[in-house]
Amino acid sequence: MTESGETLMRTPLHEAHLQVGAKMIPFAGFEMPVQYRGVLEEHRSVRRAAGLFDISHMGEFEVEGPGATEFLQRLVTNNVKKLEVGNVLYSVMCREDGGIVDDLTIYRLGRERYMTVVNAANIEKDWEWMATRNEVDCTFRNISEETALIAPQGPAAEKILAELISGGGDLESISYYAAAEREVAGRKVLVSRTGYTGEDGFELYLAAEDAPYVWNSLLLTGAEHGLIPCGLGARDTLRTEMKFSLYGNDIDEKTNPLEAGLGWVVKFKVGDFIGYKRLAEIRELGIDRKLVGFELVDRGIPRRGARILIDGKSAGVVTSGTMSPTLGKAIGIGYVPISHAGEGSGFEVDIRGKLRAAMVVNTPFVRKKSA
Amino acid sequence: MEYPQGLKFSREHEWVKVEGNTALVGITDHAQSELGDVVYVELPEVGAELEANSIFGVVESVKAVSDLFAPVTGMVTEVNQQLSDEPELVNSDPFEDGWMLRIEMSDISEIDALLGPEDYKAYIEEEDV
Repeated sequence: MTESGETLMRTPLHEAHLQVGAKMIPFAGFEMPVQYRGVLEEHRSVRRAAGLFDISHMGEFEVEGPGATEFLQRLVTNNVKKLEVGNVLYSVMCREDGGIVDDLTIYRLGRERYMTVVNAANIEKDWEWMATRNEVDCTFRNISEETALIAPQGPAAEKILAELISGGGDLESISYYAAAEREVAGRKVLVSRTGYTGEDGFELYLAAEDAPYVWNSLLLTGAEHGLIPCGLGARDTLRTEMKFSLYGNDIDEKTNPLEAGLGWVVKFKVGDFIGYKRLAEIRELGIDRKLVGFELVDRGIPRRGARILIDGKSAGVVTSGTMSPTLGKAIGIGYVPISHAGEGSGFEVDIRGKLRAAMVVNTPFVRKKSA
Repeated sequence: MEYPQGLKFSREHEWVKVEGNTALVGITDHAQSELGDVVYVELPEVGAELEANSIFGVVESVKAVSDLFAPVTGMVTEVNQQLSDEPELVNSDPFEDGWMLRIEMSDISEIDALLGPEDYKAYIEEEDV
């Protein structure tokens, strides 16, 4: 129960987490593991070997039937028409005013068959948004509750997962941002080479009832390769090091993709999508603020909501921040005026009333070899 | 959970070791366990004057920021500089190497207001923190 008495939802792996003494917290209406052994150890495990994440709280919608492509294309800013069957697309969904409704991934499973994966906190909102705009009347189903999502991430992830592939097909042929059906520990799984950590890794979509068996099989097989279960704490430090946006922190309905560094998922050529007109205008006029990555020069850790000051005046805001486990430095993400968005630009962050110097740096903060 | 004898405890989960007219201060095993991995500690300068129950610094984990409260009134005579580079000492050795500062007490009777190990243990269990 939360403090307010509302009942939290649980993932199919809830028991498994309790059994190993995970620290559970409320998140997006779910009871989720924030850590098992400790955020730092889990973070390092993903960077050096492998970590296993239960992200079953996320939402999945099935979109199918004539007009499915048209339906999705109207809703998202990236090019769905060009997405090949078996591939995955990252995009944002915008409002008419260019504000971001959610960021999501889109899996093309057939010519007119898709799965969209949305943030847990936005499942209801996105459902409403999309269902009420289903003018082509394609089949649109919320399969979130029956779908579990497990993510093995790290340089050893492929090796570990490969040991559990039964039936036909390999993992090597699943390239970055592609997905295919495989049998993992005898269970049917949609395997994609995607993730939120910056490491090589996979996201496994499977039936909720198969989740505990596959989770335990992965941990057993992965143990000798250094695989440990990882919680939301490490998920956050890993994605922050890569400057991957977190909806609700770095992007929300008051931010547009152009200022958030997501211009690359806005394909104006595609034609009309919701928000096109406003985004085209912004592109024309230029953005006046930008989401940048920065490092603290003085001591301290920048946190979400902290004010950014330039020449003593409020000029921006921190949207995410942490002590980077990999770098041993305090890093942050935030909006600054375009004049101060260049690498090396300096500003101050108000941390509990004290002004601490910070400097814009190139991102991702942690350099990885491309997958 | 460790509850060393000979220490006094505050309700804000600091421990105090009285040595002469000074108080060596740190946070308890319970506190570090609740916090998780400590990544940053901010302490006052030597010479700073502290009032009992006022905030003298901060200890941060990856996700949480926790204020540190002075258990007694007095002047800071020593600060554990090691915590700048090795904040994790607070987790690994909260009662020894993870010490935070030494205060020269201006009113030693303030110690009486602190809890003994048994009372602190009961306090934690009652609080269900």
